[in-house]
Parts: sequence; structure tokens; C-alpha cells
Amino acid sequence: MSAIDHTGPLTATGNLRRRQRVDRTMRALATGAAIFAVAILVIVIYSIAQRGASQLSIGFLTKNPTTTINGTGGGIKNAIIGSGLIVAVATAMALPLGVLIAIYLTEFSTPRMAAPIRLALDLLNGLPSIVIGVFVFGLIVLSSGETGFAGSFALSIIMLPLIARNTAESLTLVPKDLRDASHALGISRWRTTTGVVIPSALSGILTGTVLAIARAAGETAPLLLTTSLFNPNATSFNIFGTSLPNIPLDIFNLSESGGAANQASAWGAALVLMAFILVGSLSARAMLARSRRMMSR
Amino acid sequence: MRRHFGDRFGDGVLFGLTVLASLVAMALIVAIIYQVINGASLAVSTYGLSFLGHTTWNPVTNTYGAGSFIYGTLVTSGGALLLAAPLGIAIGLYLSLLASRRVGAVIGPLVELLAAIPSVILGLWGIVILGPFLRSSIESALHSALGWIPLFGQASLTGLGLFTAILILTIMALPIIASITRDLFLSVAPELKDGALALGVTRWEMVRGVVLSSTRPGIASACILGLSRALGEAIAVLQVIGGGSQSLIHGNLFANGDTLASRIASQILDNVTKLQTPSVFYLALILLVIELIVNLAARWIVHHYRLPDQAAT
Repeated sequence: MSAIDHTGPLTATGNLRRRQRVDRTMRALATGAAIFAVAILVIVIYSIAQRGASQLSIGFLTKNPTTTINGTGGGIKNAIIGSGLIVAVATAMALPLGVLIAIYLTEFSTPRMAAPIRLALDLLNGLPSIVIGVFVFGLIVLSSGETGFAGSFALSIIMLPLIARNTAESLTLVPKDLRDASHALGISRWRTTTGVVIPSALSGILTGTVLAIARAAGETAPLLLTTSLFNPNATSFNIFGTSLPNIPLDIFNLSESGGAANQASAWGAALVLMAFILVGSLSARAMLARSRRMMSR
Repeated sequence: MRRHFGDRFGDGVLFGLTVLASLVAMALIVAIIYQVINGASLAVSTYGLSFLGHTTWNPVTNTYGAGSFIYGTLVTSGGALLLAAPLGIAIGLYLSLLASRRVGAVIGPLVELLAAIPSVILGLWGIVILGPFLRSSIESALHSALGWIPLFGQASLTGLGLFTAILILTIMALPIIASITRDLFLSVAPELKDGALALGVTRWEMVRGVVLSSTRPGIASACILGLSRALGEAIAVLQVIGGGSQSLIHGNLFANGDTLASRIASQILDNVTKLQTPSVFYLALILLVIELIVNLAARWIVHHYRLPDQAAT
């Protein structure tokens, strides 16, 4: 045992003081970065709320746009309806497909079979939405023109990997005991899957779907390529026959056209869209936290 | 035990449907690649690879080239990565090591909410608020102080240009890098961290010596996923970057530029000459190839180093 030097000072000197200074600086920088990110979020949300709120009225939600000398006035009723239809049809296509893929990945496939499917989902997820838009443009729009459905199709490709991935994750969280117990009762595999596994993972599936809807509702690039040539002053429900007005393209067109009245309308539409997305992603988050608590209990 | 016909039938149907759905996902990727190549074929056979170096895009004179947009894509995405990577890693460190559980539970989701803002709204914000602010306070100050560096040239009249696009893309890449690196740093074994701290090193030395050095591949893959987001953004960039039909290759960050993705968005609905649509598809093909390479690289890193699975959502 070597003797310990008891005469050394107990307060930091020289080198140690420098090391502590570096440590404090780095902590301050990391904290500052986090504050910076939150500040950006607050500034953007505040701008939308402040500028959008002055536009918001019952009429803004229930009237169609009117073209005036100053630019566009009136409301965004037709865009709300169009966005709702486009996203609803996209969800109707992506949800069953995504859940089936997730069932295959977790209930049936071997690791070797799962690898290429996971690769395909990752690549789909990593593709820019504009490229998906170009794909649908070449596949549908070039031959049969723009329709709301072409927009739905593009959005469903964006939603598919999100739903499949989230569903697969929540299916793997279902305890194996549940499946074993069901099998032990002599219940067939498809009944176990549809009657036991899916119901116990339902909140996770729902969360993933809501997040995918929130993501799709704000996508603009694919809609610009597939459902942008619409009559801005009319309501249309004909999703398979015509382009449908929608909120993201309203914001885009109004912001690009310049002019104070147009930009004011753009902020109003942005507030409506942002509110929908915030409510969606916050409630999905709350659902996720609740279901995790239930699972861990 | 004899199984009912209905059970065997149901099992078969469910299995068949799930296989079919999985095949659809794989077929989609192939179809997308095929469709983009197919749409671009006329432009590819006309221009060949010289398309990549040709820097003007003017439908009126029937000249098309991707040079300016490849340059603009590299400058904006590279600039955004330079800003978002250190910031995002710092936020990841803060959330995983510094913040108390309660504070982290508030700030973490807030940072992720940044990714939920639709790009078109971020672009609107860029046009109306960020652009004019940059022009009046940041760009003119940088120009007068550092104007001898070609990067900080004359500020544009609208506040729109490469610099504004870089900042908007930074905001988009930031939450991706922050949330992936947070999960990554949380996965570092606590024994390693505690062991280092027990040796008497400071927190930062522990971070540098243990956390950062053991997660380097994961950090790289997080940054690549952030880069992938920036490379492919079309709408917000189109709103704030300016554009133009002349050559857009220049060193001035405050002047107009354009990227592959935003040029696709602005040109695809026009059809001035027969070559325009195929040329837009050619741009999409270039972007598709870049994105596939970037995403496969991130995946390869994750698999090669056996990192926990990560997704940029």
C-alpha cells in the first residue's frame, strides 16, 4: 500500500479547475441547444396561433373561398372536406395492408423472410414524399389525369411503413403466454390472432394509425403532383373523378401568391391544419403512455 | 387431433393475406424505381450523363440540366447537416444525461413535436417571418462584417435564398438527430458511465470518453437519417429558396438557389416542350438514387455494428 499524500489541498486547483470549467461549458451548451429547439417550436406555434387566430371564425370553416380584388377571401370549407376525404381514403388503404404486413412479420415469418420486408418498409419510409408523388404522377396522372384518389394513393404509400412498423412493434409487445394459452385451448391460429393478439395490441395499432394520419394530413408535395388542379371556389366530393381542394395546397398556393390578404388566409388555414395535427399527435402520445402503463402493470 | 375445416381454411386465408400484403410492400419499392426510370428514359437517352453537369434549366429554350440543382441540394443539405448535427447531438446528450426525469419528459416530446410541423407551414413561416428577419438583421450584418468571404455576399431583397433554406432544413433534421441520439445514449451501459465517473473524471470527460466514443457509428447513422430528410424536402425549400432559370452555381449563401426536390415540385405540372416531363423524372431518378444510397448506408451501419433498431419517424 502506498502512502496517501494527506497534505494535498482539497479544493480544485490548476488542471482540475480547467477540467471543471470545460465540463460546465459543455453542460451549458447542451442545455442551450435543448432550449434553442424548444424556442423554435414555441416561436413557430406562436406565429401560427397569433396570425391564424385573427382569421378564424365560423365563416372561415363553413364557407368556400371567394375571389376578391384583394386576393382570396371567404373560408376553407371545401379544402377541409377535400383533405378529410383524401386522408380517409388513404387510411382505408394503408391501415389493413399495414396491419396484415405486421401480422406476417410477427406471427408467421422466419427472420430470413422478415429481412427483405423490413428492408422494403425502411426504404419506403426513407423515400422523399416528392419521389412518391412523381411515382403516382407517372402511374396515374399522366394517363388518366389528376384525381383526389391519386392523392390518396400517394399518401397511403407514405402511411404504410409507419402503420406497419408501429403495429409490428405493438404486436411483439403482446405476451407470448397469451398466444400459448389460446393455442392450448385448441383455438386455431387465425382465431388467436384476430381474437386475442390484435385486440390486446389495439391501442398500439390505433396510436400508430393516428400518428400516420397526422403525418399524411400535412404532406404537400405528393398532393401538388396528384390533386392540385381544382376549382378553388367549389366543393367537390367526387374523389375518383376530380382533383379535390385540400388544406396543404391552399396554404402553399396562398403563400406563393403573395399579397397581405392571401397570406392572412394562409395563416388561418395553417392554424386549422396545425391544430388538427397537434391534437392527433398529442392524443396518440397520451394513448401510448396509458397503454404502456397498463402493459407494465 | 382433427382440425375443423373452418379453422384450416381461416389459417390459410390469414396466412395468404399477410403474405400478399408483404409482397405488395416489396413490389411498391420495385414499382417506384421502375416508374421513375421509365419516365426518365427519353431524357436519359437524349442527354446521358451530361445532364448531371449541365447547369441551366430553361423550358423556353428547351435546355435542361441538373447541375445547379445537384449543387443546391448538396449545399443546402450539407449546410443543414453542419448545423443540425452538433445541435441534435447536444440535445440528445442533454435529454439522456443532464435533464431530470421530469424535465426530460416535457422537453423530449416538445423537440419531437418540431418534426410534426408540416413542411408547408414551416415554409410559410420562412417566407413571412424568418426570411425578412434574416435579411434585415443577420444577412446584412454577416455581409458587412465578413463580406470578404464569398459565402457572405450581398443579401437578397426578399430574404429568400440558400441560407434561409439551410435554416429551414436544419429545423427539420434537428428533431430526427436529437431523438435517435437520445435513445442511443440511453442505451450505453450504466456500468461504463458509473465506472468512468468513479475514476473521478468530470461529466463531460465521461461523455467524451465513454458515451460518444462507444456510440460513434450510431451517431453517424442518426446524422445520415437527418441528412436524408433534408435531401428530399421539396415544398418548404421551394417556398424559401428562390429558384431561377439561369445557372445557380455560385458561392453566395444569401442568393437564390434550387434543389432537385424543389425543382421537381415547381416543374412537373408544366409541359412547355416534350423533354420537360422526362427531364423532371430524370431529376427524380437522381434524387431517388441519392436517397437509396443514403438510407442503405444508414441501415448498413445499424446492422454492421448491431445497433438497436432505429427509425426516423
